Formats: sequence, structure tokens, C-alpha cells
Amino acid sequence: MTELKTDTITVNMGPQHPSTHGVFRLILTLDGETVIDVEPVVGYLHRNHEKIGELNNWIQNTPFTDRLDYISPMSNEFAYVLAVEKLAEIEPPERARYIRIIMVELNRIVNHMIVVGFLLNELGCFFTPMFYCIRWRELVMDLYEMTAGSRMMPNYFWIGGVAADLPPRFLPECKELVAALPGFIDELERLITDSEIVQMRCKNVGVLPPDVAVAYGCTGPLLRASGVPYDIRRAEPYSIYDRFDFDVVVGTVGDVYDRYLVRIEEMRQSVRIVEQALRDLPEGETATPKKRKFMPPEGDVYHRIEAPKGELGFYLVSDGSEQPYRYKIRAPSFVNLQALPYMCKGYKIADVVVNIGSIDITMGEVDR
Amino acid sequence: MTAQETFEALAARFPQFELEYVEGKDPAVLVKGENLLELAQHLKTEEGYDYCASVTGVDYEDRFEAVYHLYSTNKKGGPVILKVLAAREDPEVPSVVSIWPGANWQEREVWDLMGIRFTGHPDLRRILMWEGFEGHPLRKDFPGMKDEYTFSQPSGEQEHD
Amino acid sequence: MELVQRLLEFVDQIFVNLSFWASTQLANFLPEWAVTFLMMFATVLVLVFFGLGSIIWINVFERKVIGRFQDRYGPNRFGPFGLLQCVADMIKLLTKEDITPTKADRLIYNLAAVVPIIPTFLILAVIPFGRGMVAADLNVGFLYIVAVGSLGTIGIFMASWGSRNKYALISGLRTVAQMISYEIPMVLSVVGVLLLVGSLSMVSIVDAQAQWRLPFVVLQPLAFVIYFTAAVAEVNRAPFDLPEGESEIVAGYHIEYSGIKFAMFLLAEYINAFSVCAIAATIFLGGWQGPILPSWAWFFLKTYFLYVVLIWLRGTLPRVRIDQLLEFAWKTLVPLALANLMITALVAKLVPHNSLVGAVAFLAMNVVVIVGIAVVKYPRWRKERRQVVLVPRSASSEASGP
Repeated sequence: MTELKTDTITVNMGPQHPSTHGVFRLILTLDGETVIDVEPVVGYLHRNHEKIGELNNWIQNTPFTDRLDYISPMSNEFAYVLAVEKLAEIEPPERARYIRIIMVELNRIVNHMIVVGFLLNELGCFFTPMFYCIRWRELVMDLYEMTAGSRMMPNYFWIGGVAADLPPRFLPECKELVAALPGFIDELERLITDSEIVQMRCKNVGVLPPDVAVAYGCTGPLLRASGVPYDIRRAEPYSIYDRFDFDVVVGTVGDVYDRYLVRIEEMRQSVRIVEQALRDLPEGETATPKKRKFMPPEGDVYHRIEAPKGELGFYLVSDGSEQPYRYKIRAPSFVNLQALPYMCKGYKIADVVVNIGSIDITMGEVDR
Repeated sequence: MTAQETFEALAARFPQFELEYVEGKDPAVLVKGENLLELAQHLKTEEGYDYCASVTGVDYEDRFEAVYHLYSTNKKGGPVILKVLAAREDPEVPSVVSIWPGANWQEREVWDLMGIRFTGHPDLRRILMWEGFEGHPLRKDFPGMKDEYTFSQPSGEQEHD
Repeated sequence: MELVQRLLEFVDQIFVNLSFWASTQLANFLPEWAVTFLMMFATVLVLVFFGLGSIIWINVFERKVIGRFQDRYGPNRFGPFGLLQCVADMIKLLTKEDITPTKADRLIYNLAAVVPIIPTFLILAVIPFGRGMVAADLNVGFLYIVAVGSLGTIGIFMASWGSRNKYALISGLRTVAQMISYEIPMVLSVVGVLLLVGSLSMVSIVDAQAQWRLPFVVLQPLAFVIYFTAAVAEVNRAPFDLPEGESEIVAGYHIEYSGIKFAMFLLAEYINAFSVCAIAATIFLGGWQGPILPSWAWFFLKTYFLYVVLIWLRGTLPRVRIDQLLEFAWKTLVPLALANLMITALVAKLVPHNSLVGAVAFLAMNVVVIVGIAVVKYPRWRKERRQVVLVPRSASSEASGP
């Protein structure tokens, strides 16, 4: 049978699109419904964060990092504060360390909930799982507002501790939330994991083999779903993560379904960590005394954490003055996004959107 | 293995590269631009540093610097940090995309914002700024305060389907 | 007691009596043909206004029910319990700017806005809304429904082609494939029922269920499930709403429409969903039959019950992909429908009609088929369950530690 001469069409999933997680453009080359090539175009949300960071003080940069990955702001602040503390050799008090871990792990739960909710939104579920997830996010946001004063840009961490101690209402409410969360995660899983349509849409879609994942520099749940057990909290423990008992969740096949399962299980592990932190929370002060002008010694440092999206690293160069000389952010979404063309080739258009949802990108981080 | 031991092993292996040891909180290995690819290939295939976490460009007064942070997914130990110096005028550094494909967009970003050209990169064009933008924003001589900067939009028409 | 019965019957036949009274009044001063013509015209008007009027109710109903599935109220600001929300929406849509893309094919683009509505209203003509309340009792009722209902596909394709937009084009291709594929199981599953009835007329289908004293869903549950699934695909509702797959191709075939033309598409979709539920209620659930309440009340109850099931599906299930959709239609639904047809024909020959024995036989046969499918598929489903691997602290401390 002779081959029919077909033409490819170029479709622009443009910056304005309900499913591209922000302003993000994809140039798809299609043959019918099959994707031949995907070219992501980023930069629509570029705010030149790094240059502004060089004009701010060291202390002013802490709330500024909230704006990077606006879904998990506590993790961004955590990474920056840890990097500066490594540079200046400051040790925060024990209570502050435990509080930080609680906040960051709650943030991880929130982030994964939002990712799962939006992934199902892209699958076509019309917001229903998203509303369930957002309802629980609201409870965590209440905790943030109670402690830090603001829901989304909390500005809570200080170089040398945290800004304020936990209010008396925090502990009972947090314990209640942590006790109820496993039930909710089970409910979510019951709704989604065994659903045949979800399995049809997600299994063997966007498969990323482990060596390709490592070569592209992917980290976070994307890498672990492909089968590489690399978790920075375990590989290079920072803060007090070596005191907590949690498992690293690894997938088997590396498709969208595995990434979804890995995130659900990571939520459970985060709940374990928060429970342990709440149990072991010591008394004490919450910040080392602050100096008016913070001038760390000269030198450069790179510190990375396991943010909910992957490896978030800060490379800071100091020349001894009040402002950073170089303030570079290694954003996980930016590097993970490079794997998208590999994951999409040969699949259908509907799978492109699902793949983007499973990589979990936030344009604030990609473009900075 | 500490960073000192790693450096000594590398220096013993490649005496012709004249590697230097940079002290600091994160000790690094200073390597010349022309030797970068071979050293990187050795690190990836023989030492097992298969994960290039970050490619950064720094703008000092007398030079440009490209900093590479390399990790291993299955070895213990901290990162291997490579620093490459480049000239102040027309800085050029060989591209490591052939060794770690994950450095692709990061090198494009360094070219876009800092102006360090990576030779051998398959597709070196601007990634965060728009096409037609002139200048490299993160350089120290690029104005940072809004009174000093004049905005110029690329002109012309482009038809999109 | 007798007074209550007479009252119930009066309420039941209220519309029929109304039209009879109107025609006798008109016969006083108009010739025969004029009266007939005017009554037909009035029936058509009543149907059209019923369709348009029920939009006001259906839209809000759907949004409130889906809101409840999502743990929130639906619209509740405008009017008591948000009931006037649709009026607000219509006013908004009527006052929007009517945009036509420059390079669009004007004739087809503008015509495509009205074409999907027409078959929707045409279908309503043969559905019995109550005892004696059918606009046109065609003796090829069901065939008419199938034939006219498939005209909607042309409208959608005209819309997607005339928009001259790649997203709309992709959606149009998907629509045609989907709607053609799902016509077949839809029709085949009902043929089993038609075998039992012996006639295509919708009124006689309802009468046959009266004779069996059982709704056909008991005799043909498999056919009901197949018909309902195929009908959901025919009216482009979730989980089969690829043509307007919001998250990928951003509203698909009506991407370039705004204002009242967009409202026309929305109207067509809602009334289509309503008609499909009405047909399913008529054929499988017994139509307007039921104790105590007036017949048209039962009809609406059953239809809205099925409509709530549609909304439930929309809120819960994600969308299928186009190749999975077509695979499902051709490889699963069509063989099942054919198998159902053959076994129904066999059992119908062997078993006496209108008897309890026959009903039990049909039910048993269907149960056997369904259980057989479950037994075949369950072990494979069980085997394919996937788990993630948990690496505890002790194991990983040798693998990758500081």
C-alpha cells in the first residue's frame, strides 16, 4: 500500500490557555492527532528576579523568594535562608528548626494536593478533585495565616530562625489537621487511583526512562517516579532531616500514573514527618538575635533543598557587603521542563497537556 | 571523599590540565576552558557524576566565570564544583550539552542573561528575554534602576496562525 | 376517594383537555382545515417554548447539582436559590459583541450557529410527555429520532470548519468520528427492545411496558447501559466531551463564537441532553407510567433522574482520549450490543410474551452476560494494580548518603 502524502500542521498552544499552568507557550507540530515535535517557549513571566535580588539586601531577599514558586512559598524561603546561613555560619535555635520543618512539610502536602487536583482538571474531571484538594489547602492556609500573618506570601523565615513563635492555637489545630489528613488522602486515592478512565489516560503515557531523566537533570517526584531513588533529604541531609523517619517513594515505570502515585505517597510521608516534628517540638527561642546590618563574609555557596517540585538550589556570591553579588536560583521546574519534548513525542495532543500537568511546573519558577 | 581528595585525584589523573584548587565553603576545581570537555567526560563516565545540577554565570570585574555543580545519583560525597574562567570581552566557554543534556536550557539562560557564549551548543538563542532584545541584563554594567533604563520594543510585524 | 381519583385524573389530563377545549372553541368560527392547522402550529409553539423555557431551569439545576458534587453551593445570588441565574446569563450573552473572524467562511459560520438547534427540537416531537400527550405519534418514531438526531453532527462540523481555526478543526474531526461511531451501539441496543415491542412507535413502546407490567430496564439492563453510554457520547457530555475538551483545545468547535451564537450552541447541548434522557426514560423506564402522580409528572421525574446521573458522570469522570474513545465504541460497545441483540432474539422466540416467566428469563440472561464479563475482566484488573516502592531509611543509607 502506498503511503499517503500527509502534511503536518503547527498548532500554537499559546500563552493564554487554560491548561498550560500559567503563561507558557508550546509550539506543537502535529500529524493528525499525533505529536511530532514540541517546542516550549518560556519567558512570558520573566521578571528578572535575579537582578532585583542583587539590588536588595540579604534580608530583603527573603520575602522576595516567596514570589518564585508561589504555590509553595515556604520552601523557597527555606532554601534561601539555609544558603545564607551556610554562608554566614549561623545556627538557628532548635525550636526554630522544628518549626521550619513543620511549615515546609505542610507546604509539600499543599503543593502535591494542588498538583493532583490540577492534573485531574487537565484530564477533564471538571474541577471536582480540585475542589476537594483546595478545601484542605484552605485549612493549611489558615495555619499559615495564624502564624505568619499571610496566606500565600508568608514571609516567615528569618536568617537565623523564624519570625514569630507559634500562636497557642496552632498546635491543637495542626494536630487535628494531621490526624485528619491520612483519611482525606485515602479518600482522594479511592476516588482517583482505581478509576478506569484515569488509568487509561495515565498509564504508559509520557514514559521517562531513568537514565534519560538523570541526563536531563530532572529531580523531585519526576525523577523518583522513573525509578531513581534520589531524594536530597536522604542523599545530602540538610537542616534536621536526618532525625526523622520517613521513606523515599520510588516509582517503577516512569509514566504519568507513577508520578501521580509517587505524589500521593509522598503526601503520606510528609504527614509522618509533621507528626514526628510536632511530637518532638522543643521549647526555646525562635531566632538568633538579628543584627541591623547583615553582612556575611566573602565567598560563594550553593545550597539545595528538596522542594516539592524538585531540587531548588541557591548559588550566592557575597563580596562582604549588604547586598548579594550574585544571586542565582536553580529552579526545578525550569530544568524539569526540558524533558517535556522527549515525553511528548509520538503521543496524542491530549497527552501533552497531561504531561505538563504531571511534571508540575510553576511559571514563577521557570521564568523567575 | 572530601573535596580536597577529589581534587587531588583529578590533578593526579590530569596533570597536563593544570587544575587549581579554589578554597572556600564550597571548594571548587578551577579548570581552563579548553580542557573542560575532557574533564567533564571523565567525571561523567568514570567517576559517575551523571547529574549536572546547575550551570551559573558570574560577572566579576576582571573576568566572567561559569560554575558547574555536578552530583552523583549513586555515590556518596558532596558535589564536584567546576569553575571555568572566560575573558571579559566576548566570553566563550565550551558547551557541555553533549555530556549532560540537562545543561541545555541552563546554558541558554546564561547566554541570554549574562552573555557568555557556549561554543558547540546546538541551539544558542535567548530563552527568557524576547527575540530582538539587545544586551545582557544580568551584567553589572546593564542598568538596574528604572531611571537609567530605556525600554525599546522590537518593531515589525509577524503573522501568527 | 372517588373525588381524589377524579381530581388526579383531571390534573393528569389537563393539557389534553386544554387543547381539546381550544380546538372546539376555534371550530366555532373557523373551517376544519384552519383549526387543524392552527392546532398543529400551537403544538409546535408549545414544544419550542417548552424547550426554551426549560433551559432556564436546566442550566441552573445542572450548575447547582454539580456544585453540590464539588462541595460548594451552585449559583445562589441571583433570584431565590439562584433560580434566575440563567436569565442573567442570557442577558449577558445577548449583549455581547458578535464577532466573526476575518477569514472565516461567513455563510457556513453563521449558519452553523442555528443548525444544531433544529434537530434538537425535532426530536421532541415524538416523545410522549404524558398519557395522550405526544405531538406527533409517528409509527416510525424511533427511526425518526435516530435519523434526525444525527443531523446535529453536520452542524458541529460546519461550525468547526467555518471558524477557520486549528483548534476548531481538530475538534470537528474528533466530533465526526465520535458521533458516527456511537450511533451504532445506540441504535443496536434499542433494537432489542423493539423486538419485544414489535413496533417503532414511541407510544407503543410505552404501551408494551404497560402490558409487561415491568419497565424494559428490568428485561434489558445491558441494553440500557449500552444505550445510555452511547447517548452520553452522542450529546458530547463528559466523559466523552472531547469536541469541546476544555483543557486541551479550549472549547473546540465553538471557540470562535460569542454572544447569542454561543448561547445557541449551549442551548442545543442542554436540550439534547434532556431529549436523550427523555428517550431513555420512555424506552427503558416506562415513560409516563406510575401510580398516583399525574403522568407528565412521572415523565419529568424519570427524565430528571437520568439527567442527574448525567451530571454525576460529568462531575466525577475524567475525559477519555480520542483513540480510546473510538476503540471503546468499536471494540466494546458494538460487539456487546450485537451479542445482546442475538441473545434477546433467541430468548424472545423461546419465551411467552407479557408474562413473568419471560421477564425472569430475560433478566437471568442479562445477569449471566454481565457476570461473565466481570469474571473475565476482574482477575486482569487485579493483576494490573500498580504500587510504588518505599525505600526506608536503613536501605537507602548505603545507597546514597552524605
